[in-house]
Amino acid sequence: MSRRAATFAGLTAALGVLAVLSLMAGRVWVPFGAWMDQTDPRWPIIFDLRLPRTLLALFVGAALGMSGAAMQGYTRNPLADPGSLGVSSMAAFGAVLTLYLGQGAQAPWVISVAGMAGALAAVLLLLALAGRASGVVTFVLSGVILNTMAGAGVALALSLAPNPWAVNEIVNWIMGSLADRSADELALAAPFMVLGCVALMFTAPALDALTLGETGAWSLGVDLPRTRLILAVGVALAAGASVAITGVIGFVGLIVPHLLRPVVGARPGGLLLPSALGGAVLVLAADIAVRLVPGANEVKLGVAMAALGGPFFFALLMQMRRRIAG
Amino acid sequence: MSLKARHLQVRLGGHPVLAGIDAAFQPGQVTAILGPNGAGKSTLLTALAGLSRPDTGEVTLDDAPIQALSPRDRARRLGFIPQTPELAWAVDVETLVGLGRIPFTGARGLGAEDEVAVGLALQACDVAGLARRDVTTLSGGERARVLLARALAGDPAWLLADEPLAGLDPGHALDACDLFRRLARDQGRGVILTLHDLSLAARMADRILVLAEGRILADGPPQDALAPAVLEAAYGVRARLVEGDSGLFVEVSGRAP
Repeated sequence: MSRRAATFAGLTAALGVLAVLSLMAGRVWVPFGAWMDQTDPRWPIIFDLRLPRTLLALFVGAALGMSGAAMQGYTRNPLADPGSLGVSSMAAFGAVLTLYLGQGAQAPWVISVAGMAGALAAVLLLLALAGRASGVVTFVLSGVILNTMAGAGVALALSLAPNPWAVNEIVNWIMGSLADRSADELALAAPFMVLGCVALMFTAPALDALTLGETGAWSLGVDLPRTRLILAVGVALAAGASVAITGVIGFVGLIVPHLLRPVVGARPGGLLLPSALGGAVLVLAADIAVRLVPGANEVKLGVAMAALGGPFFFALLMQMRRRIAG
Repeated sequence: MSLKARHLQVRLGGHPVLAGIDAAFQPGQVTAILGPNGAGKSTLLTALAGLSRPDTGEVTLDDAPIQALSPRDRARRLGFIPQTPELAWAVDVETLVGLGRIPFTGARGLGAEDEVAVGLALQACDVAGLARRDVTTLSGGERARVLLARALAGDPAWLLADEPLAGLDPGHALDACDLFRRLARDQGRGVILTLHDLSLAARMADRILVLAEGRILADGPPQDALAPAVLEAAYGVRARLVEGDSGLFVEVSGRAP
């Protein structure tokens, strides 16, 4: 069995185990015995609460993992991911606007569409800002600009919010969590995430060719404008739809491709699928962990990922310091 | 079968880089494009490769405008090695050379036929022993040979390379010269290279094109194109072509007065 096949098998097995664990774990521990018995009071906990939550973790993790891998491949920059480049925060800003205006509460699909629109705007701005001169510094600074703008937008929405309910809603939502999302919300967003991931898969050969830079890729017959468009739409759908449901969960797309590169090889097109699986594993594991942390309130998943991802990002940056300075 | 440039003009930032180039290239020949820094060598090469669009004039491949070909079709027929190729990721040599098959494979992975082509390219460039090495750890010479193998993996009828001998030690430079000659004479490919080393150009090229300030100063076999008057006009040096035991070389004796 090749290393690649072994990695797929390992990640899939981990997903299976974690999914079962995710249905069991939480404030109320639900053993296998209760799964088959519809009259058991814990039955709705599994199927009405934990099943949607588990599936959401799978979809969101896969969407964020693959978006990160695709963005790193396109920018040739291992620091790129929907969080670091401001795509997630712009998606959040889009969604917050609808919460602020009160539309989001009335029709849930409005939030999703606004999130994806925010993400699309972010990707297009990124490509316009960093565009052809895709140096590491340019992209990271473009991400800083987008993150700052989106942060300011959200702060403005908070300070102008019409009522405390809206403020509470926005603050809770921004921190990123998988808790208490309904099956309806999942059903609304999942098709977009799947569609986005499928679109991103089409960029695989182009991402491979970009290993040789834009001139190299163009000389290999890669249609770069088309690649850019597919990438923008794919990331907007996948990451935008994720953020619209869960709020900002950062660092997934940053960490996962980085961890998988030594295992399956650095070819960017070949990293897309493993990163989707790896993202699902990471988000599912983290979500189980936050449920098991003792305390009055559950730790927000977005906060936990940031606590994990911050130091990781820092270490990665230290490692790259010489390359950036050069 | 020919690659033709008709009255190419390119301006960059208002400054003319190519000021009307007419040239036709034949398969089975090595053509070296020489000229001082800033003469427009790289600009001419990328235009010939169909990678940039000239302001006026056009490049035709077998009488069809190269800009009208689909990028994929163009990539199948014409291999290009940029001057300072980027190697963004730490992939192994075999994977990198396999990228040369992208114009044929598209989204599907490498098939048996592609593996054969990659193997042949690795052997032709004497890098088969490096197949598992990480490309970011290669020496300059190894890297140049790996990038050449990458271009050959697509089995292109035309091979265009921008400064392919830069950074090669004399031994590897001579090996590369022999390889380019074989690619042209034995395999019938059209090989067009930009070079700085006059002696290597004299030794390997069937035809030399000397550019200066965006114009063709001389075009012909080494004996004619590397005449002392041409070299003085192009580079401002006193130099002469010498017939050595193992071929031609250029002796540069000093700055022209």
